[in-house]
Amino acid sequence: MFYRGLKLALNSNRSHGDNFDIVKGFAQSCYQFNWIRFILIQNRAGKTRLAKWYMQFDDDEKQKLIEEVHAVVTVRDAKHTNFVEFRNFKIIYRRYAGLYFCICVDVTDNNLAYLEGIHNFVEVLNEYFHNVCELDLVFNFYKVYTVVDEMFLAGEIRETSQTKVLKQLLMLQSLE
Amino acid sequence: MPAVSKGDGMRGLAVFISDIRNCKSKEAEIKRINKELANIRSKFKGDKALDGYSKKKYVCKLLFIFLLGHDIDFGHMEAVNLLSSNKYTEKQIGYLFISVLVNSNSELIRLINNAIKNDLSSRNPTFMCLALHCIANVGSREMAEAFASEIPRILVAGDTMDSVKQSAALCLLRLYKTSPDLVLMGEWTSRVVHLLNDQHMGVVTAAISLITCLSQKNPDEFKTCVSLAVSRLSRIVSSASTDLQDYTYYFVPAPWLSCKLLRLLQCYPPPEDGAVKGRLVECLETILNKAQEPPKSKKVQHSNAKNAILFEAISLIIHYDSEPNLLVRACNQLGQFLQHRETNLRYLALESMCTLASSEFSHEAVKTHIETVINALKTERDVSVRQRAADLLYAMCDRSNAKQIVAEMLSYLETADYSIREEMVLKVAILAEKYAVDYSWYVDTILNLIRIAGDYVSEEVWYRVIQIVINRDDVQGYAAKTVFEALQAPACHENMVKVGGYILGEFGNLIAGDPRSSPLVQFNLLHSKFHLCSVPTRALLLSAYIKFINLFPETKATIQEVLRCDSQIRNSDVELQQRAVEYLKLSSIASTDVLATVLEEMPPFPERESSILAKLKKKKGPGAVSVTELEDSKREGGELNGGGDRGQDTATMAASNASTPSPSADLLGIRSTAPLGAAPASAGSLLVDVFSEAGPTAPSAAVNDDGFLRDLEQPTETSDSLLVEGSGDLDSAPPSEDPAPPLSEADDLLNKFVCKNNGVLFENQLLQIGIKSEYRQNLGRMYLFYGNKTSVQFASFTTTVSCPGELQSQLNVQTKPVEPLVEGGAQIQQVLNIECLTDFSDAPLLNIKFRYGGALQNLTLKLPVTINKFFQPTEMTSHDFFQRWKQLSQPQQEAQKIFKANNSMDTEVLKAKLLGLGTALLDNVDPNPENYVCAGVIQTKSQQVGCLLRLEPNAQAQMYRLTLRCSKDSVSRRLCELLAEQF
Repeated sequence: MFYRGLKLALNSNRSHGDNFDIVKGFAQSCYQFNWIRFILIQNRAGKTRLAKWYMQFDDDEKQKLIEEVHAVVTVRDAKHTNFVEFRNFKIIYRRYAGLYFCICVDVTDNNLAYLEGIHNFVEVLNEYFHNVCELDLVFNFYKVYTVVDEMFLAGEIRETSQTKVLKQLLMLQSLE
Repeated sequence: MPAVSKGDGMRGLAVFISDIRNCKSKEAEIKRINKELANIRSKFKGDKALDGYSKKKYVCKLLFIFLLGHDIDFGHMEAVNLLSSNKYTEKQIGYLFISVLVNSNSELIRLINNAIKNDLSSRNPTFMCLALHCIANVGSREMAEAFASEIPRILVAGDTMDSVKQSAALCLLRLYKTSPDLVLMGEWTSRVVHLLNDQHMGVVTAAISLITCLSQKNPDEFKTCVSLAVSRLSRIVSSASTDLQDYTYYFVPAPWLSCKLLRLLQCYPPPEDGAVKGRLVECLETILNKAQEPPKSKKVQHSNAKNAILFEAISLIIHYDSEPNLLVRACNQLGQFLQHRETNLRYLALESMCTLASSEFSHEAVKTHIETVINALKTERDVSVRQRAADLLYAMCDRSNAKQIVAEMLSYLETADYSIREEMVLKVAILAEKYAVDYSWYVDTILNLIRIAGDYVSEEVWYRVIQIVINRDDVQGYAAKTVFEALQAPACHENMVKVGGYILGEFGNLIAGDPRSSPLVQFNLLHSKFHLCSVPTRALLLSAYIKFINLFPETKATIQEVLRCDSQIRNSDVELQQRAVEYLKLSSIASTDVLATVLEEMPPFPERESSILAKLKKKKGPGAVSVTELEDSKREGGELNGGGDRGQDTATMAASNASTPSPSADLLGIRSTAPLGAAPASAGSLLVDVFSEAGPTAPSAAVNDDGFLRDLEQPTETSDSLLVEGSGDLDSAPPSEDPAPPLSEADDLLNKFVCKNNGVLFENQLLQIGIKSEYRQNLGRMYLFYGNKTSVQFASFTTTVSCPGELQSQLNVQTKPVEPLVEGGAQIQQVLNIECLTDFSDAPLLNIKFRYGGALQNLTLKLPVTINKFFQPTEMTSHDFFQRWKQLSQPQQEAQKIFKANNSMDTEVLKAKLLGLGTALLDNVDPNPENYVCAGVIQTKSQQVGCLLRLEPNAQAQMYRLTLRCSKDSVSRRLCELLAEQF
């Protein structure tokens, strides 16, 4: 299954130089288990507002993945699905204003569950930052990581209750 | 709720971020960053000890700079210092820095691990969580070594806080994924399973991911999770939309947990306990029912959450593939989604239906949606949805709708996105071949394919159409006529020229009677394309021309003229020049007899797996094309290739192919430069070789148009030569009513069919017996075709199938008697239903008796039912393979043989055989890439026998070592015997 799309990725590849190693690394280390490979928040211009990696990539690979995801996701319009095949994985994404929230999972994973996982996360951010906007994520990038870790850990869903997550965040906020 | 202001708490950080944002250029940004880095460096190096707040602020700035994409080469030590702070905010920044900028600097790792250790034992849940998150985020081997034994204790300890449990479960999962050898199962494992019962839904949500992962690796140890998961699921599904409070999402109770529970259940077969199973079926029904209820909210979140559960439930139903009622209901539900206004739902319904199409229970139900799916292919705006529609059409295709589906796919191809054309072409080609009822349709389809999407038609596709035309004499005339017409188009795709050149070169004579397609017209048509073609195509055309000289002597002068012209004979391309020179010479010095022998019609190709299918498989990767599908089409392919058996003997083929410089392996021989079999000939001495080898051995000068007849008349050339002697015995055998003893070569016949299911089982001057068979799990169906080759009726034709001795209790074979009269030239069919009760070694016997011109004919054959037919292929990873290999380590479980290669050791041939065996051929498992390893499960009624195979070729010594390990020793032995004859 993990060869799927790999060839396509290689053939249709833009001039990103040595893409092959990423693909190889990507394919070798992930079999059997389904989990989130990474979560990205990007704006339309391609600036990354959050990158959370749940498997090992080196920095060059991360940069390539970020660019590729941006290229794949931004060309799609609102009538398209919220899912897009990505190498041997798929990206589940949703656009909120100028921000794309993207989750990369295995092709067999449950699309709608992750799509709502994104929304649940966004609602928490919205509540926590009180009408969240892109700048909140820039200036409070270190807090966004805390929110992510409360809701997703080790590439799995950790907590889904908004009440519980916000209560915990509030408690942490009160600590010095 | 707290509204967090910009960079609250760290003013300096907020200022710095604002500065960066205000930079007008990249240069300005770099300048600002460098200034900040210098500042931070001086602070860190300064004599004054920094307070915690400043340290936190600077580390956070460094982190920000790193996230902007700049390298950071200092500050790690300060970050590690923050870990031991007592303030949450300082500790948090420290951990974050470590998590984002992991550095395997061993000195630091030791310090970090020390800090983590302190936090884990601090009994402060906030600090414990921070430490656990850090381990989960980094997940390095050093951390696994340090904490793999500690975390399970935290997870199952009675006094651990819920939030810590959640983090510990997922932290352990991360360590298990990266270093499974360090996470030892133990007393904690059973307690982990019981977390499914935990009161806190968050704990269940986190723990279930861990449990799912562990159960995949150790299904037996975690078996108890099935009933726990079912009861948990049942409680959620039957709860009212507000019961679960915090865990209700847009009126849907615990959607994520439900999905995870359903996914965990997919690691196991259906529950054996009737009560558990009943409860589960009830849950699944409730989920299906809820899909029909009016929505509790108009929000898309509500329907998405609900449908996430529905799709997961459908996956489970498909995984079980045992509840026809649920399967059909699932299919109907998906059918509704096919026309839903949400693109997401249409997409998912198409995707999910694809798997439903392969279940025998729901295949028909899926087919009823064909019009909607075709419509989706035509009208969907999102290419990925159209792609799913094409996948589904491919999956739902069978004999009844093949023509419609292929036609739709062809018309879609004209406008299809470039990204999916190649795959579409392969799919059309496979379907056309698989479900061809008449071959003219097949030829039309492929030629259309070349016309519409010539650029995407790979070699495999057009090689295949040629193979089939060569092997089917009833379609050759039609093919010649059709390519001739297609070539009339002013602009032809080069692939069309290739197919046209090849087919007219072989069968142009079949249409030469019509003055509109007279030999010279054919030649001129082909030659008009010549100059626009690439070198390989030109080479092919030159071969077609020399074949023309043989087919139509009247074209000789014209063609010689063409070959003689400078652009050919002095062509700068060596291959073209060589062909021109040699063909010219050949045509001028060889007598017509020799020419006829050398340029004889291509013999049929041996039956083999469609190379197109192999290509699609490769493209999609293992798993994408389901194994049953593969098997099916292999059988079907064989059927198309029906007569292909005749030319089995590759040596024969090579000899008669020696004329055209075409090695049989590469269908047309245009890629390699004329390798002449094993003859140590330099390219220059081609002619000499041709004459010294082909000349004397060619026994008859007659040009035979019909390969079939040729085989009959010169039976010694065929692979079935033994059979001729066999029929001699038969003739002289005393006429007796008792079944004759099995033919002496019956075992050889049996061996021919170990790795294939279709072909000619037996043939003598009177009778031909063809065989087609298919197997699923422990059941099989075999079609026997008895063909009367004479013009005289066979009377009292009876066939009896018997299972001698022990076999009676091992195999159950049922059949109906056949018609007692077989007219001259007629063929009758008999169906056998076979059930494998337990493993077996012998083969059932087929006795045939009939009167031919008064003489009783009586012969007995072994039916090629061998134990490997009941294989279900099993895909597994290298790790699993060797783990199981080690488990099967008792000496009697292993059978091994070392033997000399009887056939070609060519990789592709070997792979085709191993796939034909029925096992899964596993790539990248054996550390030595030369070796082959396979895995499969033999399905019998009484038990399943797992089998692992390893074949180690030694090309130098022309030897193999074959090792089998099976959970039953008799199976190892039998498979080893069978297989040793195959290679």
